[in-house]
Amino acid sequence: MKNKALRRFRLELPLHLLLIPGVLVTLVYAYGPMFGIVMAFQKFSPALGFLHSKWVGLKNFKYVFNLPDFSQVLWNTFYISLLKVALGIVVPLVLALLLNEAAKNWFKRLVQTSIFLPFFLSWTVLGGVIFELFSLKGPINSLISGLGAQPIMFLGSNTWFPAIIVGSDVWKGMGYNMIIFLAAIVGINMNLYEAAEVDGAGKWKQLIHVTLPGIAPIVILLSTLSIGGILNAGFDQILILYNPTVYESADVIDTFVYRLGIFDQQYAPAAAIGLFKSAVSLGLVSLSYYLAYKFSNYRIF
Amino acid sequence: MVYKQSIGRKLFVVVNGFVLTAVMLLGVLPFVHLLAISLSSNSAAMAAEVKLWPVGFTLEAYNYLAQKSEFLRSLGISAERVALGTAVNMLLVVITAYPLSKSNAQFKYRTAYVWFFAVTMFFGGGLIPTYIVVKETGLLNTIWALILPGALSVWNMVMLLNFFRNVPKDMEEAAVIDGASHWALLWKVYLPVSLPAIATIVLFTVVGHWNSWFDGILYMNSPEKYPLQSYLSTLVTSINKQAISVEDLKRLENVSEKTLRTAQIFLGALPIMLVYPFLQRYFIKGITVGSVKE
Repeated sequence: MKNKALRRFRLELPLHLLLIPGVLVTLVYAYGPMFGIVMAFQKFSPALGFLHSKWVGLKNFKYVFNLPDFSQVLWNTFYISLLKVALGIVVPLVLALLLNEAAKNWFKRLVQTSIFLPFFLSWTVLGGVIFELFSLKGPINSLISGLGAQPIMFLGSNTWFPAIIVGSDVWKGMGYNMIIFLAAIVGINMNLYEAAEVDGAGKWKQLIHVTLPGIAPIVILLSTLSIGGILNAGFDQILILYNPTVYESADVIDTFVYRLGIFDQQYAPAAAIGLFKSAVSLGLVSLSYYLAYKFSNYRIF
Repeated sequence: MVYKQSIGRKLFVVVNGFVLTAVMLLGVLPFVHLLAISLSSNSAAMAAEVKLWPVGFTLEAYNYLAQKSEFLRSLGISAERVALGTAVNMLLVVITAYPLSKSNAQFKYRTAYVWFFAVTMFFGGGLIPTYIVVKETGLLNTIWALILPGALSVWNMVMLLNFFRNVPKDMEEAAVIDGASHWALLWKVYLPVSLPAIATIVLFTVVGHWNSWFDGILYMNSPEKYPLQSYLSTLVTSINKQAISVEDLKRLENVSEKTLRTAQIFLGALPIMLVYPFLQRYFIKGITVGSVKE
């Protein structure tokens, strides 16, 4: 009996050895920060570290929740990412439906390639492009002055800035979801269309009764999965594009944590907000996976 | 199949063509505009005369960049990061996915390991504790700060793991009978069979390393150590946002180095623009395999 266990261990030993590097990296750089979260309950001092800093209970949480800007930041996070999620599904969906109706294959491929391009570029590059397009003397404003209106300071206006954030995010990401939707449309059984045609359904009726029901599962799946990311309003993007004039409308949890923690060196309060965010996100992600499993039978493993 | 072409249908086809063309241009024209500025004379660029075609064509900006040490240095760091980072990422993803693709009968502790990794997909320490751990492990100001914290992408690992599971069992058994070790099995059977998945992950990894900019800003104390995208971010926007105001924004628009700035941004995007049309189908495969699975 003992011999058998030993043999099994010898057999599996190489598998354990292969896992060592991955386990080490994950332990240090994924679990390490998780334990580092204890600093949210400490009067953290970098000199003393996680282990020796003084415990202060919930003081950091009270402090940050009472910061004057905090409720605004929460609200910005929610409404920016809700808009991103909604438009990030609707726009690619419409594009996929339109593209599916295009007759020529080369045209389809050309459109798809162009729409997908911004997805692969970094926010630094896209930020540079956006600054260029929306600057006071940029092409958008010269169009506006051409129509006889006053130029608009898009990136310094609390009215326009969130629209630019949401719009550019949809622009960058729409190719991705569009391809998923297109794949789903192509996967619909052609017999269904033929049957609908025999029944006298025109193109519009076919769309309503065949195409949309056919891709509904994937639309529901993507929507539920995006619930989990609702507190991620787009850190990279906003950090590149925003400035103090538009904090009021565009400062989100992540950018707030970054400034509080890295610039003001208020490590512990920043970590407290981070923990708050991680905890809420964990709940939302669990909920979204539960819903995705329930509605679409989706599992990652 | 022949459709009856009603007037409504014809009208739709035309309008649809226009709409799709407009959306297509939306994806391309901004970059054409950027390129046009970078190839124009500084005065034309400053006067905002340039639209989609260079005004007063000159390669001055690009000539200047060929000698600009900050640009070249950051380009070198990016190249190093992509090479080293991709190598590390791929090695880790492969040797981690292999044991976890075994069944519980073959590998007793598989489930425990899977959970160990999966947890990190759903919960993280957040920015500040991660920064402190990177600092405490002595990585600040080294290239490893850009590589080690993200060295194992659990998402990619799960994707590869699912792919490994579909490796035909008889191939594996034949190799085992021939006396192949796990190591030989991995390199001689699993990897060759999984090349499409490997290619997709390599591409995602390369693009990810090339595009990352924030970790450079966060972990490098001096701009001399910035990779290209981090360096570009300092051109595009002042990261120390504490001080910037509407006046600064206006000033930023008027810096005399406009053509130079756009040239650098364009070069930051160029490698991806060049390879992307050819690699697109791999990406598409990766996306659809990863998401539309039942």
